[in-house]
Amino acid sequence: MKFAILAFPGSNCEMDLYYAIQDIMKEEVELVSYKKDSLAGFDAVLIPGGFSYGDYLRSGAIARFSPIIPALREFAKSGKPVLGICNGFQILTEAGLLPGSLQKNVSAKFICKPEPLVVNNADSMFSSTFKLAQIINLPIAHGDGNYYCDQETLKQLIANDQIIFKYRNNPNGSVANIAGITNKAGNVLGMMPHPERAVEDILGSSDGVGIFQSIVNYAKSREVVAHG
Amino acid sequence: MDKVISQPVEATPEQIKDQKLYQSMGLSDHEYHLIKDEVLHRLPNYTEVGLFSGMWSEHCSYKNSKPVLKKFYTKGDRVVKGPGEGAGIIDIGDNQGVVFKAESHNHPSAVEPFQGATTGVGGILRDIFSMGARPIACLDSLRFSAPKIDEDRYFISQIVAGISSYGNCIGVPTVGGDTTFDDAYEHNPLVNVMCVGLMDLDKIEVGAAAGVGNSIVYVGAKTGRDGINGASFASFQFDSEHESQRSAVQVGDPFTEKLVMEACLDVINNHAESLIGIQDMGAAGLVSSSAEMGSKAGGNGMLLDLDLVPQREANMTPFELMLSESQERMLLCVKAGHEDEVLKVFADHGVDAVVIGYVTEGDRYQLQHHGKLVADVPVDSLASQAPVYHRESEMPAHLKTAEPTQFDPIIKNPTAVLKQMLTQLTIASKESIYQTYDTQVQTNTVVAPGSDAAVVRVRHYDKALAITTDVNGRYLYLNPRIGGQMAVAEAARNIVASGAVPLGITDCLNFGNPEKPDQFYELDQAVMGMSDACEKFKTPVISGNVSLNNEYDNVPIYPTPMVGMVGLIKGLKHVTTQDFKQAGDLVYVIGKTEAGFNGSQIQKMQTGGISGQLFDFDLDYEAQMQQLVTKAIENDLVQSAHDVSEGGLITAIAESTFGNLLGVDFASDLNVKQFFSESQSRFVVSIAPKNQAAFEKLMGQNAVRLGKVTDDNHLFVSAADGYFDLDVDEAFKLWKGALPCSLK
Repeated sequence: MKFAILAFPGSNCEMDLYYAIQDIMKEEVELVSYKKDSLAGFDAVLIPGGFSYGDYLRSGAIARFSPIIPALREFAKSGKPVLGICNGFQILTEAGLLPGSLQKNVSAKFICKPEPLVVNNADSMFSSTFKLAQIINLPIAHGDGNYYCDQETLKQLIANDQIIFKYRNNPNGSVANIAGITNKAGNVLGMMPHPERAVEDILGSSDGVGIFQSIVNYAKSREVVAHG
Repeated sequence: MDKVISQPVEATPEQIKDQKLYQSMGLSDHEYHLIKDEVLHRLPNYTEVGLFSGMWSEHCSYKNSKPVLKKFYTKGDRVVKGPGEGAGIIDIGDNQGVVFKAESHNHPSAVEPFQGATTGVGGILRDIFSMGARPIACLDSLRFSAPKIDEDRYFISQIVAGISSYGNCIGVPTVGGDTTFDDAYEHNPLVNVMCVGLMDLDKIEVGAAAGVGNSIVYVGAKTGRDGINGASFASFQFDSEHESQRSAVQVGDPFTEKLVMEACLDVINNHAESLIGIQDMGAAGLVSSSAEMGSKAGGNGMLLDLDLVPQREANMTPFELMLSESQERMLLCVKAGHEDEVLKVFADHGVDAVVIGYVTEGDRYQLQHHGKLVADVPVDSLASQAPVYHRESEMPAHLKTAEPTQFDPIIKNPTAVLKQMLTQLTIASKESIYQTYDTQVQTNTVVAPGSDAAVVRVRHYDKALAITTDVNGRYLYLNPRIGGQMAVAEAARNIVASGAVPLGITDCLNFGNPEKPDQFYELDQAVMGMSDACEKFKTPVISGNVSLNNEYDNVPIYPTPMVGMVGLIKGLKHVTTQDFKQAGDLVYVIGKTEAGFNGSQIQKMQTGGISGQLFDFDLDYEAQMQQLVTKAIENDLVQSAHDVSEGGLITAIAESTFGNLLGVDFASDLNVKQFFSESQSRFVVSIAPKNQAAFEKLMGQNAVRLGKVTDDNHLFVSAADGYFDLDVDEAFKLWKGALPCSLK
């Protein structure tokens, strides 16, 4: 299968994702500039962390006006997997592809540390390699990771089982300990923790592999269906 | 030739001379007369005086420190580039070079802590990528006074926030550093930033502008009125009567820097044949980058048209344009005819780039503004012909009268003293600081902050770099030469404890006023001490920075030559951390414990100050102990290794229990007070029981067994005349909580 990694001015985790997919997952991967207007030929899209446009105005607020965004919307509509990590999550909420928004951490400080997460839905195309309620360790590294949505939206997130990962020890003030949510269709995931930083034991954890493997498994099962 | 004109709003050349206006820009009478009578043979105008004041500042010219810096040990088989360029380079095999340098931003941070710190990070990053290297790690060495009032807390939190804001945004991990507290740094905090880069050795770039007709290209942010003449500001002393010096501080924009970095690396890697030279516009901005580029190339002049310089504000004068220290700017020399190709690369990255001049025949450095010649000086007079001063040196009074007797700690309740020690801010956990830094971006950080040295792997190779910063100003205050040796030795111990072999060092020489003989003595002696140790450990000095005049109301800081050291770990399996790994492992102390109390943390804690003659130190013995530990790690005998430093052996033992919250059951012939001695050349090492025979055979008499690691979460150490007895959880909480508590 073939992954696309979007690169905006100020993205800074795109190469980390690239190596995770190429060296660890051994899958095909390509960086796609924010200036492009097509995502044809890709099976999944990853939106990396960083500080797109310096996070000026609001995190992700300027990136959503990039030329690639209409193609991203179309790709998301097609039902194929889209994963936004950290700044990628912020871009997805700013673009309206995911509900809610990400505010400044309650401590008002950037926090970088390994964080235990609870798998809250193990049936999604991003978490099928995990078990429900399994604890996984992924690093967080953000200043604006405090997820907020109104009560009505939260009810729907719960009702549709859109909350995939929760923090065990809420580090940033997120509503309902939310660390990662999908859209209603379940093919767009935004999460603040960084799975690409947890793909080798030497980096402290390899729990992030499970997320990429879930995507690969999903895409390959679709290939079988398509060709079968 | 055209006549050099002056700006109507500025003082005339005659007024500058008669009213000695050059003094306010930092030039001495002697220097002014040198410019007037020896260099130009006429009166310099305001712009020209400005050019010289920036270029002849200590920050740019090293005029007071050059004779001292010559004493550094700089040779080595692996050295590809030593001091002199933006940063030094060391060969690490596989056609790869590690590039590193450190820079101080003390003065700006004392005035505007957030921006002072951000621009410190930005400047050192540009030094690294202008060599053609991708920055892979930053470290910060910070010195603060103990926070007493809210203003102290504000300064500390803003400096940390500035580092965090810039480094995190640009995507270079901040992997380590060191932070200590002492009132010697009151009103004059030290903010030293080290950056490490990695490059292919066939892609070295040099900051030179050669070849008549080649173009000078300005890249990056527009020029504004920020940081005007910051280089000479950095060379002044602070006092309580001159608090408002804010206009001399620059403002950082990490997003622009990120774009500039990616664009410059693109040009260096993919358009090398078009590029003649590249240099950061750092201290003294456009004048320093262009004059240094011109002077290094040798034999040519340069003509710049200042109307072409991108400007953020209206009506900027040539003086302002040349001496602004607006950030995120680079200067390139591009081969004639290749300008469009290079400008297009920058345009693709969304970075402004414009041709502002060209290399000329002759030796003149000329500036045009509104079609008129506004400065015309020999290029070498600015860059390489600054005066050099051989300052007077005299031993400080406090050293002449220092008593040789070592301080005698009073330890009635050893456990209580240990608990108190763990809450001393210099000893306490710095987690609340480093947790605000992105330590992992680029996904190569194998050992994050909190161990002796940070370890960053080299992707796709079975090797890693160990990096550390160190210096204990207290030791240098009591003996600058020995203290200088110890600074390098401790850095090397940290590198060795992490499983690496030391490669080389960079430094920030933070000292007082070199015109005062007792402060010059400290600088001179410290450099000789560092050089002694560098030669012993075969760790040449490959780059560095000098920050003088660190004093407030005429009281200097402790002499504080920050040492940034890099080591190479051959084989990732040799990466070693300080944490005890598992119950049952045997723990040893390597190296002799003697009475090392003058200048120690226990002396500071129990008397409120430090005094007396510094304790003894033997470089040969130090090197021998380090080699033994290296051999033990290379023979796969070691589970953990930790260097013994501030707070002594008991502190090192406690720190080793914290990572995995394991206990210890130790017995020793030492007295309880000796557990606080800061004798150098020591390590705490744990090994698996199966390796006992091999390890003891290798170490001989140099390792003394202390006991075992336990899983009962209890620290029990029996000494000859008492014991330490404490829950590891409790010790950990005290150690971890002290700094956040004092910053609240």
